[in-house]
Amino acid sequence: MSVPDGYEAVIGLEIHVQLSTRTKMFCGCALSFGDEPNVHTCPICLSHPGSLPVVNERAVRYALQIGLALGCEIAPWSIFHRKNYFYPDNPKGYQISQYDIPLATAGTLAGVRVHRVHLEEDAAKMIHVGESGRIHGSASSLVDFNRGGTPLVEIVTEPDLRDAGQAREWAQLLRTTVKQLGVSDVNMEEGSLRCDANVSIRPAGEKELGTKTELKNMNSFRFLERGIAAELERQRAVVEAGGEVAQETFHFDPRTGSLTPLRSKEYAHDYRYFPEPDLVPLAPTEEMLREAREALPELPDERRHRYENELGVPEVTARQLAFDAELGEYFERAVQAAADAGAADVPAAAIANWVTGELTARLRESGDGEAGPGSSKVSPDALARLVGMVEAKQVTTGAARKVLAALVEGGGDPAEIVEREGLGQMSDEGELEAIVERAIEAQPDAAERVRSGNPKAIGPIVGAVMRETKGRADGGDVTRLIHEKLGA
Amino acid sequence: MSDLLELTAAQAASGIQAGELSAAEYLASYAEAAAGEDLNAYLWTQVPETDARVADGEAPLRGVPVAVKDLFCTQDVPTTAGSRILEGYRPPYTATAVRMLHAAGGELLGKTNMDEFGMGSSNENSGYGAVGNPWDRERVPGGSSGGSAAAVAARLAPCAIGTDTGGSIRQPASLCGIVGLKPTYGAISRYGMIAFASSLDQCGTLTRDVTDAALLLRAMEGRDACDSTSVGIEGGVEAPSREDLSGLSFGVPRELSAEAEGIEAGVAAAFERALGTIRELGGEVDECELPNSAHGLSAYYVIAPAEASANLARYDGVRFGLRSDGNADLVDMYERTREAGFGAEVKRRIMLGTYALSSGYYDAYYGRAQRVRTRIVEDFAGAFGRFDFLVTPTSPTVAFELGARTADPLAMYLSDYCTVPMSLAGIPAISIPAGLAEPDGGGPELPVGLQIAAPAFAESRLLDAAYAIERGIGFDAKPGAGEGA
Amino acid sequence: MIDREQVLHVARLARLALSEEEIERMSGELPAILEHVERMNELDLEGVEPTSHVVALENVLRADEPRPSWDRDRVLGDAPDPSDGAFRVPSPQA
Ligand SMILES: [Mg+2]
Ligand SMILES: [Zn+2]
Repeated sequence: MSVPDGYEAVIGLEIHVQLSTRTKMFCGCALSFGDEPNVHTCPICLSHPGSLPVVNERAVRYALQIGLALGCEIAPWSIFHRKNYFYPDNPKGYQISQYDIPLATAGTLAGVRVHRVHLEEDAAKMIHVGESGRIHGSASSLVDFNRGGTPLVEIVTEPDLRDAGQAREWAQLLRTTVKQLGVSDVNMEEGSLRCDANVSIRPAGEKELGTKTELKNMNSFRFLERGIAAELERQRAVVEAGGEVAQETFHFDPRTGSLTPLRSKEYAHDYRYFPEPDLVPLAPTEEMLREAREALPELPDERRHRYENELGVPEVTARQLAFDAELGEYFERAVQAAADAGAADVPAAAIANWVTGELTARLRESGDGEAGPGSSKVSPDALARLVGMVEAKQVTTGAARKVLAALVEGGGDPAEIVEREGLGQMSDEGELEAIVERAIEAQPDAAERVRSGNPKAIGPIVGAVMRETKGRADGGDVTRLIHEKLGA
Repeated sequence: MSDLLELTAAQAASGIQAGELSAAEYLASYAEAAAGEDLNAYLWTQVPETDARVADGEAPLRGVPVAVKDLFCTQDVPTTAGSRILEGYRPPYTATAVRMLHAAGGELLGKTNMDEFGMGSSNENSGYGAVGNPWDRERVPGGSSGGSAAAVAARLAPCAIGTDTGGSIRQPASLCGIVGLKPTYGAISRYGMIAFASSLDQCGTLTRDVTDAALLLRAMEGRDACDSTSVGIEGGVEAPSREDLSGLSFGVPRELSAEAEGIEAGVAAAFERALGTIRELGGEVDECELPNSAHGLSAYYVIAPAEASANLARYDGVRFGLRSDGNADLVDMYERTREAGFGAEVKRRIMLGTYALSSGYYDAYYGRAQRVRTRIVEDFAGAFGRFDFLVTPTSPTVAFELGARTADPLAMYLSDYCTVPMSLAGIPAISIPAGLAEPDGGGPELPVGLQIAAPAFAESRLLDAAYAIERGIGFDAKPGAGEGA
Repeated sequence: MIDREQVLHVARLARLALSEEEIERMSGELPAILEHVERMNELDLEGVEPTSHVVALENVLRADEPRPSWDRDRVLGDAPDPSDGAFRVPSPQA
């Protein structure tokens, strides 16, 4: 996308996923969201002297599932390290994480290589409270340790992404994949899914990586795409001005949609990693691995194949449905409804088309775009029946669009709406002939031009017929009749 | 009264069980002695209350007061780790080892003085003042469990617990003429034991005889769900009863005895006499080698400070403990709080450990030290292929004078020359009194300790052998200082 | 070998505001200690595995079952600067 000619974008993602376990990574405090500050703490997650961590078994199981879902190799033996740095949200002065021997490595998802997947603990939350009027009138922050110690899985990709849109789509696929595993809420707004990006540009075809910058805090997929696009834009400008891109970290500001460089931390970082002596190695047993494999549901990539090969849905549509969990669910329920109604003649491909096309478009117009079809007034069953009516030529495509709009508005039964609005397709050939004749008489010169071999001239006549029939007539029948009448 | 204070914990416990001794009276007499002590062995004491929480049968320590090193968290009771940075801190929970002693009927008598965060070999690094050695108050009791050792030797407690990272139980026990046991790493839970060097720290006992060591170990050992590295001792711990050493072999590692760096003549002589006793008891004694043990100190003084530099990062003035005033900003608060709260030795080790882990130096120091550790583990495995036990002097010297080594960190570090290798290997070792000896350059005779080491989790065998040797040596000297002061 | 500059750098990493006198002393003591430590270099450690742990344990895991958390007032009672149910610190941005 916005890269100077002859340059290509090189993008890698670093994703943190909060696991939806019941307790924290290393202590028995319950996980929570939006509770009173510091009501879910204990000597361990507050790092009181003498306290020790003990690994949460479910967190390990969830991490194994993620590793397997991303096609990773699971390490037969992995250990935890201490990552040392001082910050109020890091109560031990080190974060327990995995370093040179992570739980899983060398995976791939939809063609993007996954470098590593490892377990670690989340930091606490800090709230900046501004001027406190105390110490030199300086501002202060409040630390809430409820979130501190939440199990995190960090997923790092290879720099295989080539533009902002692709990065967004891949991140959404990853979200769907993890959501389907049921191991996390993966909610970006609530921070249970966090996505950082490493962005650089380099001469196309060049193997060498350019200097990369780090983008943080893009708390929605739209912001992720915008942030990366903005940064590529910035790097392009730098390079075109003959400058050099500097190693920097940027913070994305959702309000302004702009990137601000993070104040380079007081001192250079030196994390002084070393093996965590309070924990013993993880060595997944055959049984642990079997359990994790058995827990894997159908994943988006597999879904796409099934939609294509078994349901005959075109590739692009199948991908769209499979990679958007909610859309996929809706589609499957509609197909099921059709089957239950014994409407075997309603092809899944047609339903897929209506779901990804017309329905999605109407919902976006009505503003429910983000909410998605699942929570709309249009029941999958209603949509299935509507598509069935189109297939059975009981309503024209145009009329069906009107019905769908009505469904989006107030829900209900498509058949009734067709009745009420009198949108049923005209079956009486005689009635239609009469209308066609009247339309021809009303526009003699258009009729003349058609007779003298100008097919385009038929437009106005068809239009008139359609207006008269309020779209209840089948376009094909109308043109056929006009040609017959004009002998052309 | 004073003869009450001469009872061993086992004797007192059985007296109390048999109803021949009043637990209340026994506890009160120790509470009085502890409250009136002038060695600065205690940082906090109380008059323990007995209660009927444990039925006689299952209460091997019923009515026995225990002095607890201030490194163990005790709920709502001041716990400082000997550091000013934790002044006034009252933990919200109690260490597993202390809870288990209490469950066995033991009563918390007081919290003992120590080198700050366990970093020292003389107790002079305490944020709350040095501790006098009951044999000669102008000399050090050893460290870091100096307060516990002095208290037990001076009859200010019948028994105590401490922690041993590189010799912190064995060396002070040796310098104070009592028994100090460092069990196998993992035998006793570390939960609630304030961390110095997590891969080396181990809770242990300071007692007047080997029987009491077994009694306390038995009450505390076991796997704890709160400590991922704890395993307990399979088969438990038997009360020692062995009379002789026939059929047992004792290896004498040259590097840690005759050739030990800075070993005093009197210590070497006392050690030789102890070897004689072992032979008389039917034990087989032969020289052996631990070729890499001479590098033990080097590895130790990289690994321990490295782990400590991380373990002590939590003292940041945010959630508990000291915070300096008038801080310009966050970093200022960190730097001034830690500057004010930590003592010189702690800062020295934090610096050493931070440097050893910092980028560009990890391989040269930490990585290398871990490999030396592997070599030392292999050395012991080899030696235990030939011998049942290894014996060395516990400390190269007897108790030295206050201030003698404070100016020279290296000289101080050498105090642990003979004890550090066992810590690196995680194996159990006990120090028992081997007799008295004059310091080099003369002066009154002072206690010498004999260190006996065994393979991992062989505590029962170790205590049995130590028991036999203890009886063979028949050490009955007592310090003059502590009492009647 | 560690010089004064490194002493200052390490002190910053460790968040210690050393006094001038301490910096002087450390600049002398640390090299001496490290010199002793570097005797390790005599050993040939080629192919020797590092030991970070002497316990032979694996997969020590805790069941994912909540335990009651601690009373907030109790834990805030230990804090130097409790405020609005939280731990107050000088702002990192300050
Ligand atoms: Mg991370
Ligand atoms: Zn907790």
